[in-house]
Parts: sequence; structure tokens; C-alpha cells
Amino acid sequence: MSDLLLEVEGLRKSFSGVAALREGRFSLRAGSVHALCGGNGAGKSTFLSIVMGIQERDGGTIRRRGRPVIFGSPKEALANGIAIVEQELSPIPAMTVAENIYLGREPVRWGQINFRAMNRAAQALLDDLGFAIRATDLMMDLSVAKVQLVEIAKALSYDAEVIIMDEPSSALGEHEADQMFDAIRTLKEKGKGIIYVSHRLSEIFDIADSYTVFRDGAYVGSGALANVTRNELIQMVVGRPLTEEFIKENVPGDRPLLEVCGLHAESGVFDVTFEARHGEIIALYGLMGSGRTEIFERLFGLSPDRGGEIRIDGQAVRIASPKDAKRLGLAYVTEDRKGSGLVLTGDVRSNICLAELGKLSRGPAMSTRAEARAARDMIQMFGIKAASDRLDVSGLSGGNQQKVVLAKWFLTEPRILLLDEPTRGVDVGAKREIYRIISEFARNGGAVLLVSSETDEVLGMADRVVVMRGGRVAGEVTRSDMSAETLVHMAA
Amino acid sequence: MTATDPPRTKAAIAAGEPGYGARAAEIGARYGIVIALVLLCAVLAIASEHFLTTRNILNVLRQSSINGILAIGMTFVILTRGIDLSVGSVVALAGVVAASFASTSATAMVGGGPYPAMLAIIIGIAVGMASGAVSGVVVARFAVPAFVATLGMLSIARGLTLLYSGGRPVPALTPEFRWIGTGDLFGIPMPIVLFGLVFVVAWWVLAFSRFGRQVYAVGGNPHAAKVSGINVRRVRFSVYVISGGLAGLAGMILAARTGSALPQAGVAYELDAIAAVVIGGTSLAGGVGRVTGTLIGALLIGVMNNGLDLMGVTSYYQMVFKGILIVAAVMLDQARHKRE
Repeated sequence: MSDLLLEVEGLRKSFSGVAALREGRFSLRAGSVHALCGGNGAGKSTFLSIVMGIQERDGGTIRRRGRPVIFGSPKEALANGIAIVEQELSPIPAMTVAENIYLGREPVRWGQINFRAMNRAAQALLDDLGFAIRATDLMMDLSVAKVQLVEIAKALSYDAEVIIMDEPSSALGEHEADQMFDAIRTLKEKGKGIIYVSHRLSEIFDIADSYTVFRDGAYVGSGALANVTRNELIQMVVGRPLTEEFIKENVPGDRPLLEVCGLHAESGVFDVTFEARHGEIIALYGLMGSGRTEIFERLFGLSPDRGGEIRIDGQAVRIASPKDAKRLGLAYVTEDRKGSGLVLTGDVRSNICLAELGKLSRGPAMSTRAEARAARDMIQMFGIKAASDRLDVSGLSGGNQQKVVLAKWFLTEPRILLLDEPTRGVDVGAKREIYRIISEFARNGGAVLLVSSETDEVLGMADRVVVMRGGRVAGEVTRSDMSAETLVHMAA
Repeated sequence: MTATDPPRTKAAIAAGEPGYGARAAEIGARYGIVIALVLLCAVLAIASEHFLTTRNILNVLRQSSINGILAIGMTFVILTRGIDLSVGSVVALAGVVAASFASTSATAMVGGGPYPAMLAIIIGIAVGMASGAVSGVVVARFAVPAFVATLGMLSIARGLTLLYSGGRPVPALTPEFRWIGTGDLFGIPMPIVLFGLVFVVAWWVLAFSRFGRQVYAVGGNPHAAKVSGINVRRVRFSVYVISGGLAGLAGMILAARTGSALPQAGVAYELDAIAAVVIGGTSLAGGVGRVTGTLIGALLIGVMNNGLDLMGVTSYYQMVFKGILIVAAVMLDQARHKRE
């Protein structure tokens, strides 16, 4: 019993009479990585926020090394050796890395902050973890991936025994993720316990020793990962047998729909050439910063023309603004759902109609009826789970939010879909539906450009992969030659 | 930090289930300012026999109309995450310029005047829109924070007003021009008619027009709006033109009511306009708010000032109460968001 760092039983929590967590059960062994799995709305977040003292429980017990505890605040949880790396990053941009790590507990000498000691300690911590980050850099100068690594370093700086990581890899590329996994392994050897939350199954099998699955707010099962297959785990998460993880029924045609020739773009995209045929799903694969997103921004008119040719159905086109792109039948689902996909202050209907205001209005006046009809059709077509299209989109789960973004673009009847990480932060069930939508779109003759950091997704969905490295095309791989090893090898 | 069930758990359960008290609180939060306005009117009706007379009601509405018109323009700007600090100065600038075309005074009028009232009014609105256009370009094209850009315009417009008028009032306005401030239509004073007209158009635009959808989208998430093909710069520019144009209209009503345009008119009017918008529940973070809220916010300020006047309270107290009202309204709003 003594090596159980954390034991949770019967944890309950309701919001306004609706149970978010009915039976939370979990136990964490020292020197292990324990994956907490479950779809959106399975109760993971509620569970973690109770463990961290952010929310109060309605019932149940939490034992820390055998001793029952109730934390009234995250500070108490930290004092008891439980730290969290949160999914939503909260850096203070104008401060240095060291200042961020030691925020609120800066070393003080003679009444003033001892910056030298602080920087030295922070640098030692970062070096120890193998993160290539300078402690004196400003947070605002770091990439999202590095900010994520700093957050991890910060959580570790508390010298906590239990470390919760909530989707820590969602902003990381393969390389940074590997660094993080190395750090996790080191922690494991030191006897720490890590609760690892991720939607990426391959990662879980890579790094974790054991798993616990929640579904609909309750414990479903747990065990050692060595004794479970990927499909069995998915079944537990989804709650019904799954035939295939990916859905792919499109057959690429012969005629090119989109041709990109010698394309240059801002922030380092050089001489990129590829084509996408009618009915084809093309993946742009590469590390973070390899130019994937920048190509999309250029194709969608969000960054200025820096040379190169774009042809659609053989016709050379100029794309200077998103309006041009839309007119030519392009649609762009951005990487950052909350930052550039949704208007979170708006409701489901207004978000679905946002890219098609022109067609839904007569002169300057919107047609409320046309808007309502469009929203109803799209909600049905995509199976969006919302009680009403007048509900705020911020209240939906990640998967449903992503479907709203897709619905917004399908309303414009596009022919070319640009999808940047379309299933990030989306649970397994909703992922499958998104794959179905993508596959159907291609089967009807559309072309899909897909950017994904999940190698499995690329392998599962793409007909052809264009591998990017340092802003250039490193090579192309067809479906028959694809393997995770080739892709990673070509991209690095 | 013990294992025993703490008492707060029970409290949490109780709060989680919507009971009578919770529902009342929700209604209170949602319709708070409407309830506040009705309650205030009821109290004033009991406290003063003069309050519920037709004359006094028209008086309140007329006094609220200038602030109301400015606040409606301000609503558009604030919905896009902006602010327009220049409206008070634009009131004065449009006032003196329009008045100089409608003045019969030999020293103040533009050569060849007085011109028809319609022309003077069009010029006044154009002056307001031009000021707004300058702020709009600076904000939308050059990405200067709205606070700074319109703070500059506040100073520029006041300076131009003083330069144009030589620091002297523009007196002796033609009766036709004065009609927009002192005349009436079917017994309703013109300022109220114009306020009502502006309100109805603004309400329609925000609730039912394509431009309205774009305003909410740009305020809610400018990146998403841009990716969705909305011309974010054009929308940002347009709201300052609207605010400026309405400030021009307000400036002329003010001049027409008093019979001469004062170069020091409108000082600090922007603060009352912002207050009405904020009391009306529009979020300074953008994307959330309604022009009906602004209407009620403006009326609440007007009724409060009128009531305190009727009860013989000094106007110094009016400022204190207005300040409390602004903060209380936003606190109420915050409490509502927290619950959601």
C-alpha cells in the first residue's frame, strides 16, 4: 500500500443538478505513468480540478499516501506535492522564462528579488530536463511549443511527487514531444507518479504504464497497458465496439484540382510544388515550423503573395484575401479553434453562418429564416450535439465545437478543404465522425489538404503525403509506401 | 483538510439545484437594469407628484436624447472592442460648423448665408463622419489602440472648434435650423423623435443586417472574422464613422436647442455615453451587447438626474450616484457571467 501516491474513490460532483462526475476512481503508483482516458465530457477535467483543489467535491474520498485529504485551493494541493501542467497555457508574456517559473515565490535577498539566483536555478532546471531554452528569454519570444515546455518545467520546479499533465503534447511537434517524453521517463525513474491525460492513443502506449478509463462521469476500467490493445482501449472510451478507427472511402481521380507551383510564403516557405487531384486527400507532414501552416495561410490569402503559381482546375488564380479564397471554393479550418475558428461570444447559429453572410442575406438585411434553416441543416448533417442553435458555442464540447467550424465551411460549398489539425482536442467518437465527413467530401470529388501532428491520422487518411522540412518539400510518399518510420525519417 | 464531510459540501449541493431563490437571482441579473429603471420610476412617482406628468416625462426623454444618440454610436464602437473618446469634442465641432451655415449673425456666418437648414444639417453630419473617419483609419489601418487614437481626436476636434469659431459662440440660428432642437412632430419634441429614429435604425442594423453580424463577429473574435472572409478593417473603420456621424447630429440638436453653438459644448459627454453603454450591459471586451440595453442605460441616467433634480438634490450628488450606478451595473453583469 505504501507506494500508492494517490487513491481516489467514489468522487462525485454535480453542476446545477447535472452530474459531471458520478464515480471517480483512480490510483497512482510511485514511479509510474498512468494514463487517464475518456472522451470529452467523460468527467476527466472535473476529476482533475477536484484533485487540484479548484472545485469542491460533493462526495467521495481522496487519499494522499494513505492519508485522506481535502484541498481548498491549488496552493494546498501544491503544498501536498501535487502539481499540474494545464492544457490552457497561461504565461505572462512580458516576463522572462525564469520569472514565469518562479512567479510568486521568487528568491529574495535583502528585500529584493535575487535575479541571479533565480536565473541560475531556472537554467539548471531547464538544462536538467534537456530543454533548449534560455532562462532569461522573454516568454513572448518563445514558440508555443517552448512555452509548453516551460509550463512543464514550472510544474516540475515545485518538486511535486504527483504531476498531472493535461494534454501536454497538444501544442508540441514530434521533436519537442520526444524531449518531453524523455523528461517524463526521468521523473518516473525518480519515483514520481504522473497522471497523463491525452487523446492521442499512440502517445499513451508510448509513455504510459497503466490506464484508467472514465466514461459519462464514471470509472469504466483500469489496468496495465501491456494487457490491452489499442482497439480494446478505444472501445472502453467510446462504449461501443468500433470497427475501424479511420474511415476512408474516397478514390482519388485523375484530374488535378489544385496545383501549387514554386510557392513562396512569408516566414520561410520556399519553392513548394505539389498537386491535389479531385477526390484526393493529401497530407502535409512535417515538424512544427516546417511551413505547413504557412502554406495554408498563403493559399487562403491571409499572408501576402511572395511568388509562385496557384492553379485551380488548370486556371491560374490570384488569392489576395480570404474573400478571394472563398470565392474560388477554398475553406480553411484553422489549427486554433478558439483563437481563429470560433466567435466564442456568439451562438451556434451565428458561427455556422459566419462565412456565408452574403448568401444568407438580401441586400443589407439578413434573412433570419435562411440562417435558421442553414443552421438546422448543418447541425443535422454533422450530428452536432446542441440543445438549440441559439446556445453559446462556448458551452459545447471540443468535438462539437470543431464540427461547428467544419459546418461553417461546408455551408460555403467548398471544393478544396484546408484542414489544420482538425481533430486536436477532440474525443475518439467525434474524431471518427470528422473522418467520415472528410472521407465523404473527398468521395464527392473535393480535394483535401490535411495537416496533422498525429502520424496515425496521416497514415489512416491520406492518399499521398507531402513531407515538409524547413519550409521546403522534402519528398512525397504514396499510400502504398507509407509508414511511420519513413515519414519521421524524411521530416527530421 | 480532514476526511469528514465538510459543511460547505451541503451548501454546494444546495446551490447546485436551482431553487426559488436562485431563479429570482437569475431574473434579477438578466433584467436587472430594466427592473432598476421601473423601480426608480415607481419610487419617483410616489416621492414627487411632478414626476409622472406628461411634461416631465417628455422633459426626461428630451434630456436623455443627446446622450442617448451618442451612446448608440458608442455601442457600435464598443461592440468591436473599441472606444470613442472624441464624441464630446465632435459634438462641439459639428455644432459650430453647422451653425455657421445657419446663422444670421453677420460676424459668425459663412459668406452668403444663412443657408437652408437642410444643407447645414448635412454639413454637420458630414463633419462628424469625417472626424470619425480619421479616427477609424488610424485605428483600423494603422492599428493604433482606439483609446489613443480617439484621445488624440478629442484634442484635435476641440482645437479645430476653437480655431473655427475663434473661441466665440455662433449665435442667432435660423428658426428652420432650430426646429430640430425646439420643434415637435405630432406633439413630440424633435430631439426625442430623432433619438427614437436613430434607435430603431441602430436596433435593426445590429439585430437584422449583415453589417450587424459582422460587427458582433469582429468584436467577438477578429481572427475568426478575418479567416471567415469578413473585411475586419472596413468594419472597424465604419463604426467610428457611425459614432462620428451621430455625434455630429447630437451636436446640432444641442446647438439648435440653445439657439447658439458654443465652442465649449459637449465637454465630458463621452463619459456619459460610455456609462450608458456599460450600464446597458455591453461588454468592453467586445462582441456582446445590445442597443436596447444602451437605450435603457441612457434612460436610467436621465431618470436618475431628473429625479434628483425634482427632489432638490444638488447636482454634485448626481455625479456620485451615477458613478455608483456604473460600477453596480458592471458588478451585476460579472456576477451573471460567473454563474453561467
